[in-house]
Amino acid sequence: MKKKITLKINNKKVIAVAGQTILEVAKENNIFIPTLCHHPDLPVKGNCRICLVEIKGQKRLFTSCSTVVKQGMEVKTNSKKVKFSRNLNLELIFSEHVEKCPTCINNIDCQLLALAKRYKIKITEFPDRKNQRKTYKLGPAVEIDGSQCIDCQSCLQACELLSGISHLKLSGRGYRQEIKPVNKLKGKSAKEAGFACVYCGQCALHCPVGSAQEQSNFLEVEKILNNPKIKAVAQIAPAVRVSIGEEFGLKPGEVVTEKLFSALKLLGFEAVFDVNFGADITTLVEAQELVDRIKNKKPLPMMTSCCPAWVRYIEVYRPELIPLLTSSRSPQLHNAGLIKSYWQKLNQETGRQIKTVSIMPCTAKKYEAKRPELKVKGQNLIDEVLTTRELAYLLHKKGIDLKKLKPEKPDNLLSRHSGAAAIYGGSGGVMESALRTAKYYLSPKSKFKALEFKTVRGLQGIKEANFKIGAKTLKVAVVSGLKNAQKLLDQRKKYHYIEVMACPGGCIGGGGQPIPTNSEIREKRRQALYKIDATKKLRQAHKNNEALNMLKWLEDNNLSHKILHTKYFKRTK
Amino acid sequence: MEDIISKIKEAELVGRGGAGFPVYKKWELVKSFSGDKYIIANGAEGEPGVRKDEYILKNHSQEVISALELADKYLQAKEIFLYLNHKFKYLERKLKKQIRGNKKIKIIYKPKNAGYIAGEESALLSILENRHLEAGLRPPFPVESGYNSSPTLVNNVETLYNVSLVAKDQYQNDRFYTISGACFNPGVYKLKEDFSIKQVLELTKNLPAFDFFVQVGGDASGEVLNQKQINHEVSGCGAVTIYNLKKHEPIELLKFWVSFYVDNSCGKCTPCREGTYRLQQMLSAKKMNWDHFLEILDNLSYSSFCALGSSLPIPIKSYLKNINPDLSLT
Repeated sequence: MKKKITLKINNKKVIAVAGQTILEVAKENNIFIPTLCHHPDLPVKGNCRICLVEIKGQKRLFTSCSTVVKQGMEVKTNSKKVKFSRNLNLELIFSEHVEKCPTCINNIDCQLLALAKRYKIKITEFPDRKNQRKTYKLGPAVEIDGSQCIDCQSCLQACELLSGISHLKLSGRGYRQEIKPVNKLKGKSAKEAGFACVYCGQCALHCPVGSAQEQSNFLEVEKILNNPKIKAVAQIAPAVRVSIGEEFGLKPGEVVTEKLFSALKLLGFEAVFDVNFGADITTLVEAQELVDRIKNKKPLPMMTSCCPAWVRYIEVYRPELIPLLTSSRSPQLHNAGLIKSYWQKLNQETGRQIKTVSIMPCTAKKYEAKRPELKVKGQNLIDEVLTTRELAYLLHKKGIDLKKLKPEKPDNLLSRHSGAAAIYGGSGGVMESALRTAKYYLSPKSKFKALEFKTVRGLQGIKEANFKIGAKTLKVAVVSGLKNAQKLLDQRKKYHYIEVMACPGGCIGGGGQPIPTNSEIREKRRQALYKIDATKKLRQAHKNNEALNMLKWLEDNNLSHKILHTKYFKRTK
Repeated sequence: MEDIISKIKEAELVGRGGAGFPVYKKWELVKSFSGDKYIIANGAEGEPGVRKDEYILKNHSQEVISALELADKYLQAKEIFLYLNHKFKYLERKLKKQIRGNKKIKIIYKPKNAGYIAGEESALLSILENRHLEAGLRPPFPVESGYNSSPTLVNNVETLYNVSLVAKDQYQNDRFYTISGACFNPGVYKLKEDFSIKQVLELTKNLPAFDFFVQVGGDASGEVLNQKQINHEVSGCGAVTIYNLKKHEPIELLKFWVSFYVDNSCGKCTPCREGTYRLQQMLSAKKMNWDHFLEILDNLSYSSFCALGSSLPIPIKSYLKNINPDLSLT
């Protein structure tokens, strides 16, 4: 048991545990202290000097994020001195941040704007000094707009500590310092230099002011929706339904699937699809391949490929491991592949082109959608990708309040999906879904009826499990957070099957998800996904007749290979 | 080996980097924590107006190295770094000769463009560890978690020199004074440590015949005192800079101080990175907003991350108070 400590915050006696910071204790006692550079996913930095408090007997102020409580301490969070320094520091921070609020995706979530309102900060006290700063585009996925950066360095930490890439570096000193991506090797290996971005978007997710942000595509989507010659359709990823409610004041983990369908219809989409259907297809393809690799002694372990940031990591940094990636395409592509083949055939209207928009919890999906080798018959399967945040922004912009909408069903075709598909959005979900089906393929008559593989669930970065299927023991590992994946790759030979998601907790913690995202919020979103699964009757992909029919249809039309599989390439850019 | 500790304690040695922490305590603290131990001799000397480290390395480097070996005997260090200002490269041949045979000691130079902050205890660690240069969070202090997150003794070059004198029973409570500015005999002098500014100036034949004021403790962070205040002891790192009261240009002097901090701020924290920049802008503006200027200075002393940021108000505020009280009323 850790030592208990008593102290006073704003004259109120509170009890804390030795080792806690003032900020943690204040939060437990519902005392608000503003923060900007602090993020519970990342180590404390003490850079922004916003969370200042006054401690009795001390002349200077202390940052509550980095100051550990002591017995008998008397803390003031809102004294005259605290107000003075906190407000002045906020004004100084605003002088770095060129306000682009009206067109900024982040304006719903912006922590800086919220503090300015709360403390009535004069945001133009000092003239902007970063007007001339560059915007760095990271592929087609993310951008770092230097004119909005407040030098908190959270993006650097996310890139180094969560993704293990260190593609973003701090260059220069003092007020001239700037966050820049690395694009030169300078005699180092790609890995050492952090040579290429993998587009995971953890920088954007951890940026308090929208300086690191997705490259927004909402304007393109609006164009599609406004064009009468285009029949616009949307598809939603498994992890969006449990998070987007947060942008409309709902609690994390509230499932809004059907409200989301009606919101998309209101925006003007003529048909709305659920990528969960595509996820069942992915499970079937991937489980088949796993069984094939095991039975025919092909390269193992097989590694998942649903996460485009992870795939890119392998292609750029570990191309020798490409043969281990499953050749299966990801659910967004499986689903879109069927929309643009099967569904398009049935719903084609003369003079009208069908365009698909994916709603994803992810920034790297913007990049995946544009990979040229994924085109079928020369056409892109996915025309635009919006993150959860971008969709929320677009809905707010159009005055659509998601939480007040009436539920609506998705398109009739391609809609039936299993519970196994629903859990794709959480770390371990792809593995569990594939195991449910692989188990059946390997040993159809097995009496082992369990559907739930609970050891692969949860937010831990690395999970391991052994499953006995028939005479075979299957060794698996599940990883979330790209940095953890790098550790695990050294021991890959121990396993038959490895699932990797680049973002902490999987897509529920994706780079395109609502801000803030932290471990409590990720856990609530995760539980919501497993609840969807648990309440479904249909829980295995191989029992989804509609999915099986689609596979048959693809085969009959000689499209299986084109739509279900892909190739990977060593990449030097 | 307890002998050296009791000797240091008896001699009441304090750190000469400027903060004045008892030396024996620092040594004992490093020893008390578990893990590999590291020793760093800090000869970064980034404060303008201070030249004593260079002087000591030029004239007494053998003593500095002996002290490092004493510290090594006491701590059983894994590695020892002689961390020097890049301007001292001309001493390298001599130093290497003197440390030959001790493979533990490595000479590392403060990078050319690293500036003042790179001499700060936690920031110099970021250089040795090849990280982005910036001040580090404290606690934990380097004595507990320094180089490679291991217990690390960081002592200023002069402190180490004193340790070796103490070991040889030759310590006589002297210290090094750097005298510069508007004077005839600038240089580094070894005199009793409790001398007043006036005594030091008289003994070195530097007491001006004209009206003057002094900055004590370095040209960047030192306190400014007027002619009536020179009976004070010389504090901090022992530097005295003399200014001609009538000939100096107030705004230019403020600009010098502020620009030094703008150029040397590591960029980590808001009050220092943004605050010093704004002060610089204000000093160049057509109309000076003194209230705002003073507010930003106060904010630096209340809320900057490290001692660099909080020391800019020292020269400016003492100058405004002791030398030029009317300036901020204009």
